[in-house]
Amino acid sequence: MSVVLPTAEMLPTPERGVWVAAARDIKLAMRSKGELAQALVFFVIVVSLFPLAIGPETALLKRIAPGVVWVCALLSVLLTLPRMFQQDYTDGTLEQLALSRYPLPLLCAGKMVAHWLTTGLPVAVVAPLLGLQFGLDSRELMVVVAGLLLGTPVLTMLGAVGAALTLGVRGGSILMALLVLPLYIPVLIFGAGAVESTMAGLDAVANLSLLGALALSGMVGVPFAVAFAVKISLD
Amino acid sequence: MLEARSLTLSRGERSLFEALSFAVDPGEALILRGPNGVGKTSLLRVLAGLTRADAGAVFLNNLKLTPLSDAQRAAVLYLGHANALKDEYSAEENLTDQLALDAVASSREARLDALRRVGLLMQRHVAGRKLSQGQKRRIGIARLLLSERPLWLLDEPTNALDQDGVALLLQTVDQHLAGGGAAVVATHLALPLRGPARELTLQENAVTTPVDRLAETQ
Repeated sequence: MSVVLPTAEMLPTPERGVWVAAARDIKLAMRSKGELAQALVFFVIVVSLFPLAIGPETALLKRIAPGVVWVCALLSVLLTLPRMFQQDYTDGTLEQLALSRYPLPLLCAGKMVAHWLTTGLPVAVVAPLLGLQFGLDSRELMVVVAGLLLGTPVLTMLGAVGAALTLGVRGGSILMALLVLPLYIPVLIFGAGAVESTMAGLDAVANLSLLGALALSGMVGVPFAVAFAVKISLD
Repeated sequence: MLEARSLTLSRGERSLFEALSFAVDPGEALILRGPNGVGKTSLLRVLAGLTRADAGAVFLNNLKLTPLSDAQRAAVLYLGHANALKDEYSAEENLTDQLALDAVASSREARLDALRRVGLLMQRHVAGRKLSQGQKRRIGIARLLLSERPLWLLDEPTNALDQDGVALLLQTVDQHLAGGGAAVVATHLALPLRGPARELTLQENAVTTPVDRLAETQ
């Protein structure tokens, strides 16, 4: 399978850095598809464990569905975070990224785009199928997808900061989880809250807007924070 | 071209170098020498901007550099211990990928020519994980051939290279110097460069003696 991506020559500088980095990471991810599928399979299996464990109690399943889907999405994104920088750090690519003519924040933004396309997006796409197991109706499923589409970029961005900060630290992946999980709480509350309010017959717009606001404000600031963290790790 | 003014760096309790000053002119190479662990790599990383010095500054064409500033990133090509190669990529893809990050527009012919010059043309489809250490180093040389940056910072570039490889490296560096570039090379080998080369010997306990002999070898 080959991905068609805009080649570097087709785009202007220095924004091109975003695409250079994103195309690179996506191409690399496509080379190790097993690793790519892991997070998604993890998500599917863990979400499916709940109906099996609880049994056919439709009311209860439906009650816990938003929380279960969101917690599992969060954990599967967390699983993939080390992939974003660890390999590049070990093989020396990260030094070269820092020394690249493209600004490091833009390259980091590209890495985050690639990470979201290979983790957050697939999770959001399969979520409705899993939601069916919990007896969610079509309107609720749509809110689940909308919430995940808006919320998973935030998970990627916050995670990138944590992943960059814990590079080269012994036991870094546990430390990263401890660092990142508390920051994920607002996303979890708004995401699950959106589905719950739909179930209660209310409008989900408020919660979804908050997720969108988080995502937008993250896009402005997070690339710089990640670049800063990468520089600290390399020093 | 490059000037270091009273650079000081310590790692924990240990002082690596103190008030170290030197200059490298265009067309000139500076060879860094000294025992293992004396701070040659750290010095190169300071010159590249990857590590911040405790004191002192690096100047490029009399312009003071902020670490990893645009000017520094545009000027410096740093080849460290790690080759920055991907196991999943072939030799050619690795080179293409590195040049894309360097923002160097190169034609496929130019890349194949560079691979031919470093003797990897036939191995260009071999995956990174199957390349030998020396072959990985040769991809680095191919990158040197194509990346148009004036200041090369090379950390033990001869590691794992065979005799032909070392000769190729010397030739590449000489060509770079002849074109008005400069290089700082940390090495334990004698590097018989054709151009002017200065030697800087780092010593234990921060006693640094710059052996400022401008040696015209050959």
